[in-house]
Amino acid sequence: MIEAGLKNELQKQGVYVTTLEDLYNWGRANSVWPLTFGLACCAIEMMAASMARFDLARFGAEVFRPSPRQADLMIVAGTVTKKMAPLVVRLYNQMPEPKYVIAMGACAISGGPFKQGYNVLKGIDRYLPVDVMIPGCPPRPEALIHAIMTLQEKILNQKLTGPDRPRHLNADVPGEFPVPAYGEHDLEPPNNPEVWQPPAIKR
Amino acid sequence: METLEQIKARLEAALPQAKIEILANECAAGERSLLVDAASAFAVAKFLRDDAQLCLDYCSNVTGIDWPDKELTEKIKVKQVVDGVEKEVEEVKKSLRPGFLEAVYHLYSMELKHGPVVLRMRTVNRTDQTHLPSLTPLWRGAEFQEREVYDLYGVIFDGHPDLRRILMWDGFKGFPMRKDYVAPDDFEYEPTPHDEVLEQAKKHYSTEVKA
Repeated sequence: MIEAGLKNELQKQGVYVTTLEDLYNWGRANSVWPLTFGLACCAIEMMAASMARFDLARFGAEVFRPSPRQADLMIVAGTVTKKMAPLVVRLYNQMPEPKYVIAMGACAISGGPFKQGYNVLKGIDRYLPVDVMIPGCPPRPEALIHAIMTLQEKILNQKLTGPDRPRHLNADVPGEFPVPAYGEHDLEPPNNPEVWQPPAIKR
Repeated sequence: METLEQIKARLEAALPQAKIEILANECAAGERSLLVDAASAFAVAKFLRDDAQLCLDYCSNVTGIDWPDKELTEKIKVKQVVDGVEKEVEEVKKSLRPGFLEAVYHLYSMELKHGPVVLRMRTVNRTDQTHLPSLTPLWRGAEFQEREVYDLYGVIFDGHPDLRRILMWDGFKGFPMRKDYVAPDDFEYEPTPHDEVLEQAKKHYSTEVKA
């Protein structure tokens, strides 16, 4: 490991030193390809973020892929209904590792205004490991850009070895997540206990 | 456009077997509607669409209403003989109006630029006789909306080309927009519960304490 001070000093002299880890993460962080995937009005903000005015391309994330096989990032933009949830999980399973999830908007992170309804999932984190959550209804394009930057920071700080290494470098951790089935009134199971546990109520 | 009374009179002249009623509306808009019996609803709708003066060629909206059983209380003055003297006594008479499901159609004319005429049909009850004639053969645009009414209220439209659930998944049990539908209790945690959610939260907290 090279010291940060020495690295800066060398950089001033025109010598660039880095580690494989930094180089690898730097490359990944600056070309996050999201999946073209919108569920509700948040998708409109997502489109705005990718267009000229807000220009997501500045962060290397403008290449929206229409196929999950070519995508690194799933932006869950909008209300996830119980009918849609299995399809979202299946799309996520079809993405190659390393893959990330941004839950965008109140609905995707908690069910939002539909939380007490009969047909809306109370957050996609019940089935998928969410990396960044953006509150807002809908969040502005700047918020999505901030989320992408937060995700980039997360990617840059990932250790490639050791017990904290990301899922795609750990053969023991499964990369696929069980797809819930349609029950008579709700999804079965209502959440994936490996990903999410209901909060304990303290009284 | 003609008034609803005129339309009703012409309908009754053309279709003598049809039972048509004009329903008042107490809300601010005060839009009244035609209530048609299920047996002649298709003929009535066809008349409304094909009649040269009405030409209601566009069905803009189909929706459903669930009317659960309702207890009606009426105060009636009854003459009673009390201690040899005839007196007027107020009596409260209770009666039960059995529940039913209703389908509402909003009809406009694109040709003559008028409307809407609101058409209503009612089922016999909410349990086993929930059949109504489908008006999709007359207005193709009613297809998905009738499927939605079927999905959420459980009205079975006879003559519909493809009556399946549209919003809920196929294996779903029950009709979620009915007043007596109880969603599965999937309460987890609520930081600021209120109203119905508060009641639900209390229920869950109390079981926590007992355990």
